[in-house]
Amino acid sequence: MQWDIVIGLEIHVQLATKTKIFSGSSTAFGAEPNTQASAVDLAMPGTLPVPNEQAFRYAVMFGLAVNAEIGRRSVFDRKNYFYPDLPKGYQTTQLDHPIVGPGFVDIDLEDGSSKRVRIHHAHLEEDAGKSLHEDFDGMTGIDLNRAGTPLIEIVTEPDMNSAEEAVAFAKKLHSLVSSIGICDGDMSQGSLRFDVNISLKPKGSDELGTRTETKNLNSFRFMEQAIAHEVERQMDILEDGGRIIQETRLYNGDRDESRSMRSKEEANDYRYFPCPDLLPVVIDDAFIESARDLLPELPDERKARFKEQYGLNDYDARLLSDDARIAAFFEEAVGQGKDAKLAANWVLGEFSARLNAEDKTVVQAPITGSQLGQLVARIADNTVSSSGAKKVFEALWNGDADNADAIIEAQGLKQVSDTGALEQMVDEVLAGMPDQVAQYQEEADPKKQKKMLGGFMGPLMKASKGQGNPKLFNEILVRKLGG
Amino acid sequence: MHNKSVAELSRELESGKISSVELTREFLDRIKAEDRQYNSFITVTEDQALADAKTADEQRAAGKASVWTGVPFAHKDIFCTNGVATTCGSKMLANFVPPYDATVTANFRAAGAVCLGKTNMDEFAMGSSNESSFFGAVTNPWGLGNGEKRVPGGSSGGSAAAIAARLVPAATATDTGGSIRQPAALCGVTGLKPTYGRVSRYGMIAFASSLDQGGTMARTAEDNALMLNVMAGFDPKDSTCVDRAVPDYTATLNEPLKGLRIGLPKEYFSDQLSPAMEQQVRNAVKEYEKLGATVKEVSLPHAKLAIAAYYVIAPAEASANLSRFDGVRYGYRCDNPKDLNDLYTRTRAEGFGGEVKRRILVGTYALSAGYFDAYYLKAQKVRRLIQQDFVNAFNEVDVLMSPVTPSPAFVQGEKTSDPVTMYLEDVFTIAVNLAGVPAMSVPAGFVDGLPVGLQIIGNYFEEARLLNAAHQYQQVTDWHQKLPQ
Amino acid sequence: MTISREDIEKVAVLARIRLDEEQIPALENDLGNILSLVDQLSAADTNNVEPLAHPLDAVQRLRADEVTETNQREAFQAIAPATESGLYLVPRVIE
Repeated sequence: MQWDIVIGLEIHVQLATKTKIFSGSSTAFGAEPNTQASAVDLAMPGTLPVPNEQAFRYAVMFGLAVNAEIGRRSVFDRKNYFYPDLPKGYQTTQLDHPIVGPGFVDIDLEDGSSKRVRIHHAHLEEDAGKSLHEDFDGMTGIDLNRAGTPLIEIVTEPDMNSAEEAVAFAKKLHSLVSSIGICDGDMSQGSLRFDVNISLKPKGSDELGTRTETKNLNSFRFMEQAIAHEVERQMDILEDGGRIIQETRLYNGDRDESRSMRSKEEANDYRYFPCPDLLPVVIDDAFIESARDLLPELPDERKARFKEQYGLNDYDARLLSDDARIAAFFEEAVGQGKDAKLAANWVLGEFSARLNAEDKTVVQAPITGSQLGQLVARIADNTVSSSGAKKVFEALWNGDADNADAIIEAQGLKQVSDTGALEQMVDEVLAGMPDQVAQYQEEADPKKQKKMLGGFMGPLMKASKGQGNPKLFNEILVRKLGG
Repeated sequence: MHNKSVAELSRELESGKISSVELTREFLDRIKAEDRQYNSFITVTEDQALADAKTADEQRAAGKASVWTGVPFAHKDIFCTNGVATTCGSKMLANFVPPYDATVTANFRAAGAVCLGKTNMDEFAMGSSNESSFFGAVTNPWGLGNGEKRVPGGSSGGSAAAIAARLVPAATATDTGGSIRQPAALCGVTGLKPTYGRVSRYGMIAFASSLDQGGTMARTAEDNALMLNVMAGFDPKDSTCVDRAVPDYTATLNEPLKGLRIGLPKEYFSDQLSPAMEQQVRNAVKEYEKLGATVKEVSLPHAKLAIAAYYVIAPAEASANLSRFDGVRYGYRCDNPKDLNDLYTRTRAEGFGGEVKRRILVGTYALSAGYFDAYYLKAQKVRRLIQQDFVNAFNEVDVLMSPVTPSPAFVQGEKTSDPVTMYLEDVFTIAVNLAGVPAMSVPAGFVDGLPVGLQIIGNYFEEARLLNAAHQYQQVTDWHQKLPQ
Repeated sequence: MTISREDIEKVAVLARIRLDEEQIPALENDLGNILSLVDQLSAADTNNVEPLAHPLDAVQRLRADEVTETNQREAFQAIAPATESGLYLVPRVIE
């Protein structure tokens, strides 16, 4: 049987505010346990929440970036459950009146097509603390520094139909929240966490199957694996005539296993009701406009500009525009020269390959955009050959010198482009190879002639100690041999 | 000295006739000698009080005194006091010493008042008789002379009894469904529940957040005004606190009442009210007519639904507000929990008393799947109808007057067997909390030797008008000066 | 209105309050009486009535994103039932 895969995502995004959503405690990462947990965060008796304006501003910026309606009157609710990392015994969240309403994100797929994924809504809520399961004589330790960190939970429609689409969406979202500056994007610290809802239905059927939710995936790789794993698990059950149980599952990426968390949620009844310690938040036009003013160029806008301004193709423009930091690196490089296409090739080619090989992000790269740009400029003006340029890049990366010119000079990589000197070398080489010259001149087929030119290039490069401009050598050769 | 009002004591201190240390010592001695029979205090902070009194005397000598500098008073044990046990009348918080002040506490501290200790209360402010306190019931000073142990009302019963017994001249209190007005009435003292949002709730341990309001209790209306001057005002730490100018509540106490339009809600003169009680209330209204007020009957047609709406909304909010008491970060924790669930369920079973548990269970039920619309949402809709009744009434009159309670103080144990009978104690006070309007209880006579309270209800933020009306009444009556035998 | 033993047991689990067997009959009675009182609500005509969450028709004030809290771990943990290495301790949590 053939199956359609249906995927929806819920994404928790930690907002990069200085303080918590309901208290003036710092949200800085890495502090000693419970040193950033105030009386409010600890739910001390009598303490009360006061919401952070910046959390709302960031949520509105997100809403604008995904073309969403902004909730003009949003209301906080209490979601009641007991857990040691949840000090009040309820999570303050938004159920019926979220800050961000329906919107959408367009994703680009490998085959060059694009797809629209609808956002159902996004709401503001508070993060929980952390349970540390190291052994304290059989006890669990609770650190509440994270408790009260502002989150937006983004809920998509079930618009994705493969792991590829889900991961493309996740990456796009990651790039979006990072580039508009509302999230630090650091997935290893849990700044973005993905829950994946998956169901299968017979190919072409309109009826959705029973879904499961796989929780707390914090890398794209795990997400891809978890989806593959869950699709296979559901397919096996369905093809054996079984039924899928609606449940929450936990995926273990290290072992590629998942298990049900059903026992945990069975007894849950969250008893949502409007939080009586908080009033409705009213967002007016001025607030929305001030948030809009803070929005930097969005990836989609940037991609269009790259195509227009630099004449890049769709594929290169997308790769360079998705991540704001790569885009900035590219534009810095272009600023040093004129050849945008060549700069794009170097950023996406040599530079990206090197980052991948060393598992570095663009900000961790040892070279700057303008350093790379300078090198690209020297390639464009024929100062250095492309093979020489690779040597220059290597030296820049290793920090041998801080600019391309110095390296070209020091390593003698400058191409000889003085036609007088090159003509003299050609004359001397041709004089030493009379047989080959005669063969060439007797050959009637221009294709074969062209091939025979290579025979002269080796000795020419040797004569010029590798510094002759091959393009110019070629021109001179054709002219002299043809004459 | 202990029979004097706050205003009088302040003048005595100013004139130098007595020092704050002497005054504080006098009240502390009275508490020591007499509180055994009332149990109105949970904690007495003798050393701290004497130290604060000494500081106050120094400030006064330096010419830096305000009205409250060096005047003794007490806090209901629901207001967090930095470094002093704050129990909320519960075993759950019997060992809880907050490292922070409630905003109300900080305000009194800044005013230079001398806190003598923390007064007894129904556990988590849930009760109308002060019998649900983990620290034992409070006995009403009235009736003791006949050998009867009567309730002081609740939940602010400790504050009311302490003032009636002249153990303190004033005390803070809170009112969620009548918890200031009912004990004030039953103990023959004057109390004010301000407009919701007038006084900060920060550091005031929550029972039902949308109903709770801190307020004042003392013998005279004038003293209530002096207290409210300290307590009222905007607090950035409480999202529901109102940013609105605070008048000097003593400035208008002497305004004449001529032309004051009084409304008598007919629903509050029902057959639930004993004829003797009704007579006292009508006599009080007659005094107001003598002072130039006009009287007409009005209607609060949905008032009869107030108790039903309240007993959904208050327990629902409480069920969530009290979830933080889980034995993890502070307060009571059961011995040797065998797992997490055992920690939670045993800590809460052992730490909470019966009435608190009942209300948590009712609130949990009302919010649970399938019941939310029928209970919680319905109650909130009825709440709007009740609020609208008050808005309509205040289009016609300036204040409403009614009894505070259906009957005077009852004997301890009389109503503990049936929660619902106890709830009906608040039949005339609860609608005010649902609407959020301010209201007072003013001593207005006696039935069988027990005090009767007159309830005066005002429009939003009209505390000054209520205090003015109460003060003028106290200029022509002396019910508030009567002493229990 | 009556409330069943099962309902009481269910809400006690949700509220994390342990009930002993002998407490349940009294609770059935008391909670049943309270719910009967509350059932008066059903008589009210609330068509087209908006629910009222707060007595004042106010809107939420927002706070500037500035750090105002300092580390007070020592004071807070001095009143905690069980701590170690700055952490609050609870019986082992099994995920």
